[in-house]
Amino acid sequence: MSTGRPPVVDVAYQGQAISVTEQVDRAKVLQRLRLGDVAFRYLTRTAAITVLIILGGIIISLIHGAWPALHQFGFNFLINESWNPVTENFGAISPIYGTVVTSIIAMLIAVPIGLFIALFLTELCPMWLRRPIGVAIELLAGIPSIIYGIWGLFVFAPFLQTYVQPFLITVFGNVPGLSTIFAGPPYGIGVLTAGLILAIMVLPFITSISRDVFEAVPPVLEEAAYGLGCTTWEVARYVVLPFTRVGVIGGVMLGLGRALGETMAVTFVIGNAHRISGSILAPGTTISATIANEFTEAVGDLYTSSLIALGLILFVITFIVLALARFMLMRLNARLGV
Amino acid sequence: MSSQTDTPLYRSRQRRNVTTMTMAYAATFFGLAWLLLILAVLLFKGFSGLSLAVFAEMTPPPGATGGLLNPIMGSLVMTVLAVLIGTPIGILAGTYMAEYGRYDKLSTVVRFINDILLSAPSIVIGLFVYEIMVAQMGHFSGWAGAVSLAVIVIPVVVRTTEDMLTLVPDTLREAAASIGLPRSLMIQKVAYRAARAGMITGVLLAVARISGETAPLLFTALNNQFWSTNLNAPVSSLPVVIFQFALSPYKDWQDLAWTGALIITLTVLTLSIIARALASQRKST
Repeated sequence: MSTGRPPVVDVAYQGQAISVTEQVDRAKVLQRLRLGDVAFRYLTRTAAITVLIILGGIIISLIHGAWPALHQFGFNFLINESWNPVTENFGAISPIYGTVVTSIIAMLIAVPIGLFIALFLTELCPMWLRRPIGVAIELLAGIPSIIYGIWGLFVFAPFLQTYVQPFLITVFGNVPGLSTIFAGPPYGIGVLTAGLILAIMVLPFITSISRDVFEAVPPVLEEAAYGLGCTTWEVARYVVLPFTRVGVIGGVMLGLGRALGETMAVTFVIGNAHRISGSILAPGTTISATIANEFTEAVGDLYTSSLIALGLILFVITFIVLALARFMLMRLNARLGV
Repeated sequence: MSSQTDTPLYRSRQRRNVTTMTMAYAATFFGLAWLLLILAVLLFKGFSGLSLAVFAEMTPPPGATGGLLNPIMGSLVMTVLAVLIGTPIGILAGTYMAEYGRYDKLSTVVRFINDILLSAPSIVIGLFVYEIMVAQMGHFSGWAGAVSLAVIVIPVVVRTTEDMLTLVPDTLREAAASIGLPRSLMIQKVAYRAARAGMITGVLLAVARISGETAPLLFTALNNQFWSTNLNAPVSSLPVVIFQFALSPYKDWQDLAWTGALIITLTVLTLSIIARALASQRKST
């Protein structure tokens, strides 16, 4: 650029005394800026691709680690109930069962309560109280899971053992069908306790997403319904909920994804028993609790590999649930024109 | 009018409304009660053990007195490293998605994957880092712990950075471009500055998130009963020590676990409150 016409950016300099060295310097600076621009762009692009690489790496490394177990047991791994480190016979069905049952218990409790809290926050709560209550619920989401675990083990489980579980056993003990679900001695720890702790943990997620989607309902719709003489409940049930259904389902699935993968809180209170019991008062195990409890103590490649295979199953399940959740939330946003 | 409001239908609708609204109040009370209950128990059980010794002495063998100095240090070091590794990657990735490729295919895919990583089970991330670092190097290490925490930091930072940069008005960018600022400088000198509070919030939230993470550390950093500054060896961390001590049969260890739990909770709550205050400050100005 030192010869010929000056570059366009130098128009302002035209007609002024500008030495050749200054022009050269300027060209160098411009060159450097241009290079920097390209470099920065590629740097950010690489970082964005890194996120994809991390996900790919997780999947590949899990498959690689799980391969010996999958090769050894094949499809049987998914339906085998045995988990025996001595004979090296491993099957995933009892942890999968525990994971699913605890998550179902958690969702059965957390979804209605979360929706009611969201309803309270958007329809009933006085303006000045909305923010503090909203923040408090979100702080509940920020408490680390190990805190729920230690609290569950030392405070909640003994409480359940002394007061709630004997009550459940006596009340449902003679009801056909329910008597197996609530059978057995009150251990305190077990599937039900883990499910309840999970319910408390996912409650804030469901609440805050439901509140956000409830708030996105156009006020005109609600006002029209109120104008017709609808009660608050009728507005919520027949206007707000149908309008936000996809978003609410998305939020629920997000909560479910959390519940399925939650580790520490469950590990403390589930009892780590590899068996499938009809009673939700009995100890059980979940995928994450099994890995957390046994991984560092696992001897032998097959044992370790089986635990990694469990991790792979967990990742696949949560991936599907979370992907569906995001898909639902994206659909709601598209509908709202966000 | 009174004849209309006195019909059975009217009364049943009103009853249903009152019932459900009462349930909404009850649900909110229920949700808040847990927060208070958990905090109350933590304060009650952990506060008595809170003393200078906790911050000055090593973890004790069963039956002896001691503190939590080595796990606190281990947690601090690994958290700082995780933030140092994770934040630049997260900010740069978020920058690409908000500034360069806001509508392109790569950003859409990364956004989707990032949202999934954001709520992926942290124990799986521990397994991942075990496979790529611990199994390869043949031993547990503080580095592996830091990397697994960094993998958790990245999605949080990506998400907030992208959100905050998207909120920066385009007029600012156009003004910067009009005075001839190259795009990279525009991003660094203008967009980052406008979004600074939000981006700091993201990093704080990420720190809050990892300071209580236990699952990914269990088989990466493992644990260490002694003072160690060697990041190539197992490193103790507060959450793992709480896990180990709480499940032990020794009363002293359990008490220390409660104290550790209180320290973690107070740290996390303080961080999230500061982060929220920063975020709302930005909103109001």
